[in-house]
Amino acid sequence: MKGLRRLPAVTGGDIRPEIRSLQRRGFLTKSLSLGGLALLTGCDLSTNSGVDAALKSILRFDDKAQAALFSGRRLAQTYPLSAVTHPFRFNAYYPEWQVREVPDDWRLQVAGLVADKRPWTIPALRDLSQSEQITRHICIEGWSQIGRWSGVPLRVFLQRVGADLRAPFVSFKCFDGYSTSIDMPSALHPQTILALDFDGEPLAPEWGAPVRLRIPTKLGFKSAKNLQAIEVTRLYPGGFWENQGYDWFAGV
Amino acid sequence: MSKPPPAHPVVIRLLHWSWVYAVGCLIFSGWQIYDASPDLPFAFPRWATLGGWLAGGLAWHLSAMWLLAATGLAYVAYGIASGHFRRDIGIPRRTAVFRDAWAALSFRLGHSLGHYNAIQRLLYLGVILSLALQVVTGLAIWKPVQLAPLVALFGGYPLARNIHLANMFLIVGFLAVHLTLSVIFPRTIASMVVGLPAEPEDPS
Repeated sequence: MKGLRRLPAVTGGDIRPEIRSLQRRGFLTKSLSLGGLALLTGCDLSTNSGVDAALKSILRFDDKAQAALFSGRRLAQTYPLSAVTHPFRFNAYYPEWQVREVPDDWRLQVAGLVADKRPWTIPALRDLSQSEQITRHICIEGWSQIGRWSGVPLRVFLQRVGADLRAPFVSFKCFDGYSTSIDMPSALHPQTILALDFDGEPLAPEWGAPVRLRIPTKLGFKSAKNLQAIEVTRLYPGGFWENQGYDWFAGV
Repeated sequence: MSKPPPAHPVVIRLLHWSWVYAVGCLIFSGWQIYDASPDLPFAFPRWATLGGWLAGGLAWHLSAMWLLAATGLAYVAYGIASGHFRRDIGIPRRTAVFRDAWAALSFRLGHSLGHYNAIQRLLYLGVILSLALQVVTGLAIWKPVQLAPLVALFGGYPLARNIHLANMFLIVGFLAVHLTLSVIFPRTIASMVVGLPAEPEDPS
């Protein structure tokens, strides 16, 4: 994908959090604590691979159950302006001082099963129809906060670039090294937007400049910031956290 | 004379150990999930958590929930069909509660296999309702958008999450009492494994 080659230069400090998270990989292997040991007698405790495989297959079943429960017409609750959380909590896979500035030659790349792969500028995105929402952002860690975003409904964008709407996956790559992916029904949900503004202002770098995904029907880690490329695909794309063990569908 | 029936029929024994595994996995993995972002000024000790980190804890939690649901449904079906609920569980007469509570507090409350005293009837009813509440609040915070009416019933997402946490402490409290008493009356553990015959009711 073109977008990946446009990643800004990376310094040693930039990748420290990635290395840390890679060390956590194999989230179930080598992870047994006493509570686990007590419940797992009889399993192969040296590698624990059988338990790992079993849990992963149940997570895939959970994904199917969540997809069945999802409705493209059911909207996430919206809130009045007065309910917006201030100050809004910063969250990423790296600390706030490592936030990336938008590269000078930034364009939003479009790839995969789309008719029109021309890259997009921010003014071009602002020319499309816009939608605002005040919704609850729910983190997989359990905390939540209410924010106000506006931007282009992803459905409008996908139709505009002539995406194959029968493709199962929409994948997002970010210039901060992050990535994620969602299912097509969730991508076409009316509250799934490519956000350009946060709290009435154009996105600042820490809130995902210049454009981010905002999807209130999924856990926060799906709302990828600092987008670089969008790809419509039939191949399961995974994602930064999904590859480490977060469940892929992550619907709320 | 025919042999007395087992104090714990085989279905109850199987369901009991299914409860143990499911509730155990859910509590220890739930502590792992809580520790990812503690709301209150405490965290559960790492050695007591299941899953290694948040993703592992969630994988255990979202797997064990199916076992809990299946066990719960089977238990309710069996409890109704076999008469176990009608016979052994529920709100006893007030005089019986006072009598047995006083006996328990003065360490004179006996235990005979196969018979449920007033305190047991109340506590088992309580933990069954608590487990049911845990399933419902769990569904609410798992799917606060798709099951929005449920999360509204519990006063919104953050409150539903705290109810789920507080109710966990009630279940853990029950388990502390339950485990202590089973150690004081170890033949109840033996009966839950191999199925000892019911005893005549303790006259105390």
